[in-house]
Amino acid sequence: MSKTTTDSTQWAASCRTRSLRLLGWSAAWVASMALATFGPRLFWDYATVPTLLGVLINLAIGFAMILANRQYLRGQDELQQKIFLDAAALTLGVGLVCGLGYELLEDIRLIAFEPEISHLVFLMCLTFLAGIVAGHRKYR
Amino acid sequence: MKNRLKILRAERDWTQAQLAAELDVSRQTINAIEKGKFDPSLPLAFKVARLFDLSIEDIFEYPAEP
Repeated sequence: MSKTTTDSTQWAASCRTRSLRLLGWSAAWVASMALATFGPRLFWDYATVPTLLGVLINLAIGFAMILANRQYLRGQDELQQKIFLDAAALTLGVGLVCGLGYELLEDIRLIAFEPEISHLVFLMCLTFLAGIVAGHRKYR
Repeated sequence: MKNRLKILRAERDWTQAQLAAELDVSRQTINAIEKGKFDPSLPLAFKVARLFDLSIEDIFEYPAEP
């Protein structure tokens, strides 16, 4: 065996680095979303410039998070990519079908409240998580 | 797809983690290939073959058509 006899390799180390980078950008995106949401009400009384700045910062960090996610996915091995792709496909399907169905419920007056996008995001997060867990169990 | 990965690895007394490190994949991937749950891509199959100094056909066997 030429390269190494330890479990930790350069590839594994770079995977950890990419994971941590994605974690960092995700945390920054959540923080910027909180600032853009609550900042106008709590800190600067809906002043246009800081509000717009908050939204632009949130968008910029969001795009950085997308790039970090792409980099993370490309650094995974082929089985991990397959598990990710299967979970993403499931999430896309569930999001589309349930999202439109949820909105329809209000249009046809089966629910009295207005559908919230956050409910759909929550459902998609749970679906993706379930897909990842199922994938890892399948190839265990 | 059947393969002889587990046998070849055992002959060299390598762990799954050591083989995974050589091939730049996760240990889970090696385990899934050995159990026949996951078929490697052609580049990874070549990498495996080169590591063991064998041809792909010596390691992987595609079931014959019925």
